[in-house]
Amino acid sequence: MSARNGPRPSSDVALDVRDLRMRYGTKDVLKGVSFAAQRGEVVALLGPNGAGKTTTIEILEGFRMRSAGDVLVLGQDPAHGDETWRARLGVVLQSWRDHGRWRVRDLLGYLARFYVPYSTPEVSRPWDVEELIRVVGLAEQANAKVQTLSGGQRRRLDVAIGIVGRPELVFLDEPTAGFDPHARREFHDLVHRLADFENTTVLLTTHDLDEAEKLADRILVLDGGTVVANGSAEQLARELTTQAEVRWTSGGHRNIHAVAEGDPTGFVRQLLAGDPEVTDLEVKRASLEDTYMALVHRAEAYRPESDGVGPDPAEQDQTQGEQVQDQQADPNRAEQSEGVQS
Amino acid sequence: MSATATTSRSMRNDARRAAVRAGLTRGWLETKYSITSASDLVWILAFPVIYAVVLLFMRGSTVPGTDFALGAMVLPSLVGMSIAFGGLTGPASTIAVDREDGTLLRAKATPNGMVGYLVGKILMFALTTLVGLIVLVIPAVTVASELRLDGRTVVLLALVFLVGMIATVPISVALGSLLKSASQTGLLFLGSMLLIVPSGIFYPITALPEWLQWVGQAFPYYWLGLGARSAMLPESMVTAEIGESWRTFEMFAVLGLWAVVGMVLAPIVLRRMARRESGSTVAAARERYMAKGY
Repeated sequence: MSARNGPRPSSDVALDVRDLRMRYGTKDVLKGVSFAAQRGEVVALLGPNGAGKTTTIEILEGFRMRSAGDVLVLGQDPAHGDETWRARLGVVLQSWRDHGRWRVRDLLGYLARFYVPYSTPEVSRPWDVEELIRVVGLAEQANAKVQTLSGGQRRRLDVAIGIVGRPELVFLDEPTAGFDPHARREFHDLVHRLADFENTTVLLTTHDLDEAEKLADRILVLDGGTVVANGSAEQLARELTTQAEVRWTSGGHRNIHAVAEGDPTGFVRQLLAGDPEVTDLEVKRASLEDTYMALVHRAEAYRPESDGVGPDPAEQDQTQGEQVQDQQADPNRAEQSEGVQS
Repeated sequence: MSATATTSRSMRNDARRAAVRAGLTRGWLETKYSITSASDLVWILAFPVIYAVVLLFMRGSTVPGTDFALGAMVLPSLVGMSIAFGGLTGPASTIAVDREDGTLLRAKATPNGMVGYLVGKILMFALTTLVGLIVLVIPAVTVASELRLDGRTVVLLALVFLVGMIATVPISVALGSLLKSASQTGLLFLGSMLLIVPSGIFYPITALPEWLQWVGQAFPYYWLGLGARSAMLPESMVTAEIGESWRTFEMFAVLGLWAVVGMVLAPIVLRRMARRESGSTVAAARERYMAKGY
């Protein structure tokens, strides 16, 4: 396709996304997303509903055609990824009714066979099925039919299917949606194990800040189709939380001053220099959680108008906003993305 | 450079072969699951049971103007219909369902997964249709003495079965890919039923108005029925056919044409459809399903 500008990424870069854009009709869903991920890194795409997380991950998986931008996934353009490239990727899909009659061991054994020809001296593929079943904690269900598994067990099977080919890079889209706290905890342990023992790069999407903080080495906050913050949870707190409150007592009065933007240090310096009677000085930053929640609320308030979608009660019942948003847009999307690629 | 190109090509071939072998495993496993599942068994056993009932009612009746048992006359037509029905409606509805529940997406996320999926489906439909045909033999024993059963029957029936599968499964896959949701598969069953009317399977095609005869002869149902009749009926029964001939050459020609059309169309339509599949399209289908409650 187009010649890439800039130096080619080294083989340590698993994901390299530059100025990724996606447009459905007249609506820009991604307005220039750029980021990279190193091998072995766990990166979370965090964002409110409709921020473009699912669109981004589906473009990287090679399941959607982008409108513009340069994307390299394990050194290849996902729009033209061949089967050898596909064999190095793991996509964790949310199972629903598929392969319901299959037994767990049969299904994993069947899928594992596709990866045998892609085994290399560095990466022996696929996983040993029995070992994999044990790792994801399904040893007791190995002979069970998929349709008899509980939600949490089925999700662990999804992960097992996603990693059966010993992928170098794994995609997880809203992996714990609908999990109870226990299942969520188990799932988090599994992701840690993947990254630590297998040196697998993981890209996951979530709208849950807590999950992103627990799982990811690095968090990318996506809002309105652009990356608004990129870093560890601590870095994010510094980058995103610009609001601060300064409180002090002077001459028997309690004073509060809100600093909307930037560093409150300057204000404090002035305050102390100008008023020697200041006591009980407090500087309080908004927490990352407060800031993120504000972002989510803002995004949600904008959404219905910008989509031109009326207040449909059925929609508002949904708790998984991101999914709902994607689904509504989807029939059109599929048509349009076809148009883009042909 | 050429050495690496050769290596990558041989690797690609290895991978395809592995996918075909995995597909055969898939076909075998799915057949096993299918014939041990009550809901599928109903379909597999439907024709044999219907035929047993038909035989009961046709006891003692003969083809008008001859002393040939009517029950024996119907058997080969049913064989042809089983092949056509198994090949035409089964894959289409399966594709539509597999697309909605994410089975196809999993195939897409697996290297050469689509190859494995298709090989598995073809094998499964061939095997389950074969099981249905074999069960049909049980009620057929009662009319065996009326039929022509020799080496030619076996060879011709095997050929009709093989060509029938190749002629119907790809077309069915293409049709299934065109459906928007699994709930539309009812349309396919309806269409199949309508096409059985002018197929000459339950009612001699020569007794139909001429335009309807042409409609019937355009579709595989008639030709599969004819092929099975030519294999199993005594030579004297040829007089009931169009042109008083088994038209073996025409039969293979028309079925071959359907096979070619199907093999050209199916990969194109399937690829077009599969390209659109992603996690959110499957999630959307699930949401639609949950909202409607069926």
